[in-house]
Amino acid sequence: MGSSVLTDSPLSSPVACPDCDLLQRIPVIPPGDKACCTRCGHVLARKPRGPSDLPLALAFTAAIVFVIANTMPLMDLSVLGRTASTTVVGGAIEMWREGEQITGALVAFCAIIAPGGYIAFMLTLLFGARRSPVPVWVASMLRWVHHFETWSMLEVMMLGILVALIKIAQLATVHAGIGMYAVGALILLFPAIVVTFDVRELWRRVEWDHDDAFMAAAGSASTADSQA
Amino acid sequence: MTAEAPTAAQAGLLSCEACQMLSRPAAPGMPEYCRRCGERLQFRHYGSVQQTWALIIAAAICYLPANMLPVLRTTTLGDSEGDTILSGVAFLYATGSWPLALIVLVASVMIPLGKLVALAYLLLTVQFGSVESNRERTRLYRLVELIGRWSMLDVFVATFTVAMVQLQPLMYVQPGAGVLFFAAVVVLTMLAAEVFDQRLIWDSAYPHTERHG
Repeated sequence: MGSSVLTDSPLSSPVACPDCDLLQRIPVIPPGDKACCTRCGHVLARKPRGPSDLPLALAFTAAIVFVIANTMPLMDLSVLGRTASTTVVGGAIEMWREGEQITGALVAFCAIIAPGGYIAFMLTLLFGARRSPVPVWVASMLRWVHHFETWSMLEVMMLGILVALIKIAQLATVHAGIGMYAVGALILLFPAIVVTFDVRELWRRVEWDHDDAFMAAAGSASTADSQA
Repeated sequence: MTAEAPTAAQAGLLSCEACQMLSRPAAPGMPEYCRRCGERLQFRHYGSVQQTWALIIAAAICYLPANMLPVLRTTTLGDSEGDTILSGVAFLYATGSWPLALIVLVASVMIPLGKLVALAYLLLTVQFGSVESNRERTRLYRLVELIGRWSMLDVFVATFTVAMVQLQPLMYVQPGAGVLFFAAVVVLTMLAAEVFDQRLIWDSAYPHTERHG
């Protein structure tokens, strides 16, 4: 991956702690280890163990599971011979139809759009990151991924569904559906992607490639000048 | 404290919040963008204290109707009955699932209130230039960021109860006006935590820090 000259330097260029702004240099971290801010303890960097393609494999799995989670019923309910079932989208739509449009949209955003966007962005940028040089759009996508992560609330939704199930179970017979297990799998896949993904390494590669592109552009410009 | 290394702001460097790259501003007063990823660069979030106050005051106003208005309206054989968050907790407790009652009580009542109090405390200590227990205050901020999302719990409970229990005319559940206020509390406090610049906690300890932006 890129030139090895820069990785051999014992300390990388300085960074400011995002929590307390202290300038410090991050030492070379052995795989599976992390570096913390000396003043406030914020985890500045993590070096994941395992192959660099693992996050891509996990993101691909997450994409498949996400489709299942959103198409299969979460639960089936039966009372006095009548049955009903719902999906994640179904919940948001029902809320919208009952006159709570804003809440319905918020549920759709936190339970479908944000996690879906996270998976889609991660999948695309991890595919893009396999190319060398790293395409410029990878940097822009990497910048946005964090926002999807903040608003993706699958684990909260899961607990919410469980509470709703137990409340309803007093009145009717309820069965968990395939969608529910898929949501459970997604809840495990999301942190797995985060933990195995070496963000700093990708940012570093983006930086080098930008510099290389800049040098190449400067080089071609000077040759163009000499020809003229 | 004299041997302490300077902060990026003291060194006149802008730290990118997306990719952590350091840049030196080209000209004072000009908007800066990270040359690696294109993120807007600021020494500290512009108007962080004022915006955070505005958001938590708005959230505090919504907190009352969120807890007093019904979040769910259950109609059983023509009889309609409203349920607030607290009566939902009482229902769970009465039906024997006290662990769930506790989870809902913590997530829906205590977490939003705790977030409002914690953010107000952080804002006040920043405004009064406190230099005490910076580490602990930073840890408190991280806790607010971490647990904030869990107060969405009751919005999801309401959504899926409404989605499932639609057995007209026998029995059906509709959302109440409280849901919207409750969702507003969650979103406003989450935005407040994002707008608050946690680096301000450490700035007072070093009075020479220039306050840019």
